[in-house]
Amino acid sequence: MVAFAGYAMPIQFEGIIAEHLWTRAHAGLFDVSHMGQLLLPLAAAAAFETLLPGDIKGLGQGVLRYSLLLNDAGGIMDDLMVTRRAEDLYLVVNGAVKDGDIGHLRAAGLAVDYREDWALLALQGPEAVTALGRLVPGVAELRFMRAAAFTWQGVALWVSRSGYTGEDGYEISVPATAAEALAEALLAQPEVKPIGLGARDSLRLEAGLPLYGHDLDPTTTPVEAGLAFAISKRRKLEGGFPAAAAILAQLHEGAARRRVGLAVDGKLPAREGAPVFAGDTQVGVVTSGGFAPSVNAPIAMAYVAAAQAGDGTALEIEVRGRRLAATVVPMPFKPKNYVRAEGATA
Amino acid sequence: MTRYYTDEHEWLDVDGDIATVGITDYAQGQLGDVVFVEVPPAGTALVKGTEAAVVESVKAASDVYAPVSGTVTEANPALEGEPALVNTAPEAEGWFFKLTLANPAELDGLMDAAAYQAFVATL
Repeated sequence: MVAFAGYAMPIQFEGIIAEHLWTRAHAGLFDVSHMGQLLLPLAAAAAFETLLPGDIKGLGQGVLRYSLLLNDAGGIMDDLMVTRRAEDLYLVVNGAVKDGDIGHLRAAGLAVDYREDWALLALQGPEAVTALGRLVPGVAELRFMRAAAFTWQGVALWVSRSGYTGEDGYEISVPATAAEALAEALLAQPEVKPIGLGARDSLRLEAGLPLYGHDLDPTTTPVEAGLAFAISKRRKLEGGFPAAAAILAQLHEGAARRRVGLAVDGKLPAREGAPVFAGDTQVGVVTSGGFAPSVNAPIAMAYVAAAQAGDGTALEIEVRGRRLAATVVPMPFKPKNYVRAEGATA
Repeated sequence: MTRYYTDEHEWLDVDGDIATVGITDYAQGQLGDVVFVEVPPAGTALVKGTEAAVVESVKAASDVYAPVSGTVTEANPALEGEPALVNTAPEAEGWFFKLTLANPAELDGLMDAAAYQAFVATL
C-alpha cells in the first residue's frame, strides 16, 4: 500500500506484470474512488465552456467527452471526462488535483456538487463485458464513450464504457455504501482479478494515455501534449476558452515541443526525468517511462523539440550516465481494443 | 561456507576470502517484478556502504549497496538474459556478484539467518 492523492492505495496484488497481462487477456478490477466525481447543472454548460476547449453544449445525452481544464496561459490544469446526463453534467477529475478543480469551477460561478459519497470502480479488459454483463444485464449494449444508468440488486449505478488501459471496459459509479459489495461480486466472477496502481500505470503508458502531474501539467498546452483532438470543432471556430488565440495559433503553426512515444533499445527502463539527447544536445525529457509488459521492452513518453518529434527519429536517453538508444514511435505502443459506436473493434 | 545477512536485505555466502552477494527473498518481494539488473563488472573496487548495483523493477530503480569492501571477481552473467531470476531464485541462481574481501573484519557486524529472520519479522 502507498499514499496516493491522500488515499492509501495498493501498488500491486500478485505482481505488476501478472496483473497487467491478466487485464489485457481477461478483466481487471481497479478501485479508482480517489478520482473526483462532480456534478454540474445542465444550465452551467455555457459557463463551463469558458474553462475548457470541449463542446459541452453539443454533447448528446449519455455521451462522454475527454476534455482539459485550461489556465489563462493555456496550460493544462487537469484532464477530465464530462458526460451529459438527463439532469446534469457528470465529471470525473483526477484525485490529486480535484480540490483545486472544484475551487476553480466554483470561482467561475459554477455550482459544483462534489459526490464524495460515490465510489468509482473500473473493470477493464476484453472479458469485462462478460463479467459485468452477468451482474448487470444490458451493459453490453453500451458502446465506447457512452454511459447510462443501471441498477444492481437495487443499487443505482452510473456505468460508462470507458477506461484508462486501452482495453474495452467500464467505469462504474456506485454509492460508497454499496461499493465493497459490488467489488466483491465482481471479484467473484472467474474473469476478474484485483489490479493495483502499478499495473494501472503500465497499462495506460502502453496505451499512450498521459498521466496528469507527469505527462501533463500547468505548463503544457493541449497542442504540445498531442491532445488537440480535445479541442472540439465548434470551439476551434468560436474560441471562447482560456488562451484560445494562443492555442489556436499553436494548432496551426505547431508547438515548439511535443509529447512523443519512445521505444527504448535494450532492457534498461528510462524513467521520469531522464534527459533526451540528439547527439550532444539535450532536446527533451522523459515524463513517464518503464518496462512495458505487453511490449516486453522499455517504453517512455517524453517531451522533445519539434524538430526531433517525427516518427522514426533516433534519439538517446541518459540513464545513470549511460546513453540508451531510443526511437520516436507512434502511440499507442499497444493497439487499443475499444468497442466503438459502429460496433467495430478498433 | 557461511551465510551472512545485512539490514539492507542482502545476503553474502563467504567461502575463504570470496563472498557471493545477492538480495534476499524479502527484498525481491518488496521490489516486485525485476526487469533489469546493473551489476558491477569484474575488477570494480567496492567500498562498504557505497552503490554497487541497481535493480530495476517494474515499479522503480533501487540501489544495492556493497555489504562489505572488496574487488569484484565476477558478475552473474545469467541476470542479463533473465533478470527475473532475482524473483524466482533470489538466494541462489539470482546472485549478483562475487568479490574478494578487502577487510574480513567487516563481516563481524552482519547477521546470521536467525537474526535476519527476527529482523524481518519486525518490519
